[in-house]
Amino acid sequence: MNRINKLFKEREGDILSVYFTAGYPQLDDTLKIAKSLEEAGADLIEIGMPFSDPVADGPTIQESNKKALDNGMSIKVLFDQLKELRKEVSMPVILMGYINPILQYGVEQFCESCKAVGVDGLIIPDLPIAEYLKTHKTVFDKYDLKNVFLVTPQTSVERILTIDQHSDSFIYMVSSAGTTGAKTAFSEENTKYFKRINNMGLANPTLIGFGISNSETFQQAAHYSRGAIIGSAFIKLLATSKERDSISEFVKEIRGKMQDKRQKK
Amino acid sequence: MKFDVDKDGYYGNFGGAYIPEMLYPNVEELRLNYLEVINSSSFKEEFDSLLTHYVGRPTPLYLANRLSEFYKTSIYLKREDLCHTGAHKVNNTIGQIILAKRLGKQKIIAETGAGQHGVATATVCALMGMECFVYMGEIDIERQKPNVERMRLLGATVVPAKSGSKTLKDATNEAMRHWISHPSNTHYIIGSVVGPHPYPDMVTRFQSVISKEIKIQLREQTSSEIPDYVVACVGGGSNAAGAFYHYLDDESVKLIAVEAAGKGNETGQSAATTVLGKAGVLHGSKTLLMQTEDGQVTEPYSISAGLDYPGIGPIHAHLFETGRVTFESVKDDEAMIAGMQLCKLEGIIPAIESAHALAILDKVKFKKEDVVVLNLSGRGDKDLDTYINWKENSI
Ligand SMILES: Cc1ncc(COP(=O)(O)O)c(C=O)c1O
Repeated sequence: MNRINKLFKEREGDILSVYFTAGYPQLDDTLKIAKSLEEAGADLIEIGMPFSDPVADGPTIQESNKKALDNGMSIKVLFDQLKELRKEVSMPVILMGYINPILQYGVEQFCESCKAVGVDGLIIPDLPIAEYLKTHKTVFDKYDLKNVFLVTPQTSVERILTIDQHSDSFIYMVSSAGTTGAKTAFSEENTKYFKRINNMGLANPTLIGFGISNSETFQQAAHYSRGAIIGSAFIKLLATSKERDSISEFVKEIRGKMQDKRQKK
Repeated sequence: MKFDVDKDGYYGNFGGAYIPEMLYPNVEELRLNYLEVINSSSFKEEFDSLLTHYVGRPTPLYLANRLSEFYKTSIYLKREDLCHTGAHKVNNTIGQIILAKRLGKQKIIAETGAGQHGVATATVCALMGMECFVYMGEIDIERQKPNVERMRLLGATVVPAKSGSKTLKDATNEAMRHWISHPSNTHYIIGSVVGPHPYPDMVTRFQSVISKEIKIQLREQTSSEIPDYVVACVGGGSNAAGAFYHYLDDESVKLIAVEAAGKGNETGQSAATTVLGKAGVLHGSKTLLMQTEDGQVTEPYSISAGLDYPGIGPIHAHLFETGRVTFESVKDDEAMIAGMQLCKLEGIIPAIESAHALAILDKVKFKKEDVVVLNLSGRGDKDLDTYINWKENSI
């Protein structure tokens, strides 16, 4: 079974997914950070493949993309680094990035490399579902790569149902209209939307992302979904420290005093 | 028509709508409504009326006698430089602002490189009383001060794009990010035939007034509406798309698109996308794109800020691939010489973008009886500093 499906099967809630950019802050930090996150208790990681023009990202992740590219990161280099991935970490791993570098690498070759190193899923924000179904689904399926789609407060019910129908892992709920970036609290409008989606009875579980930055926002998100995704706030930490201890501290802080729902019901 | 966009938003292998989900509702709203709105008689009436009384259309088709004599052929200049605000860009902004109003939008955002599209957008926002934010790369703000002042005078907020290389590509990124964050009441007026479907088709339709007029004017002046050549410069490709549009299905008309070769296509300082680009995805569409082997978008270079873009509209990628349009590229110096020549021979100071199209007159062998229509996309008032500096440095 795909590791993402297994995670959602075994874990009821409070799933913590952490995003970081490959090759940031230093080129060869990718695996070290992944390993530290697993030790610290993250459940899922999203490794960002940097792109020159990340339109869905706010300043923090933009900056990390730029730095990673300056460091020499590319899909080729990343797969080279990930050769040892499954010796180091056992949690599910998702690659996240924009479509153009994947197209240039070659979609089939990319999927093959993902499978070879043990990647479980993909998030490609500028690959809309129509293009995915038309051109890429067959190849992704062949290599057992789960494609994760985003929904936003503006996404229509009809479209959410379509996305749910074509998903087989989880749905990434973007918390509010905006690019990636840390927030300190969610408004009533945010939580109304979380409730609305929660009540739709979707076949796929959801994780909430964009704007999760502390234990408060994590708890709010985890209350309305199976867990949450943290990106910019973690990148900000990496800008100051990438040591195992600070990563462990960060994860603990985010989980806060939440009672541990980590064991299966 | 044979080269129109298909129902999925593609021109052959190029186009589509590669947008993050956050933009889907807005782009989908446009896709579902744009044809019905712009084909309605009340839209056409308002659009035509503003083009006539506000923009000053039809723009003249002028037989440039001394230029024709010099090149021993017949050269007609389509005078888009005489449009209000000084370039063809306003044809599109007029169309899009009427559409935005009809879709109930209150705010407008735009990106700009040289500032021509920014000025054209600020202008129509003032005209319609709408709030206007123009994203412009920090470097371009420095390079194009007068247009920045113009936009501010017209009431627009000019927002510096500080990310990436701080030029047009980054201004476009920032405009898209603004749209992602303000999805409900904002319309994004893209300035060329680029972006996700339906933008390339929509902008092409608004600019197609150029070739519609050329046909009528040419028939009046030569008794045939069919020229031998139509020539236009290509940044994103909106003036070229407009000048070619009504001739695309008539293969007897040779169409020449001129890209900027900067300091030369081998120097790494060029913006000639069809020479240096490969198929890729940027700003919502699959098109030809200047990029590294790893798929990172590279920085183009041209002396002309309006041609300084790493891609071309998907319609042009298709016209290039099918061979319907011949693409040429012209270096900075060649364009500057051609621009100066037009000043002296015809008393017209062309925009440096348009001067790239003019430079082709020296490269293509025209026959004496040929009729050549050249789209003079804009005037050179904004480029005075560049002309003067170039002249001083080249002596
Ligand atoms: C006068 C003029 N011509 C041409 C262009 C290039 O744009 P496009 O290729 O969309 O016509 C610009 C862009 O700023 C311009 O100002």
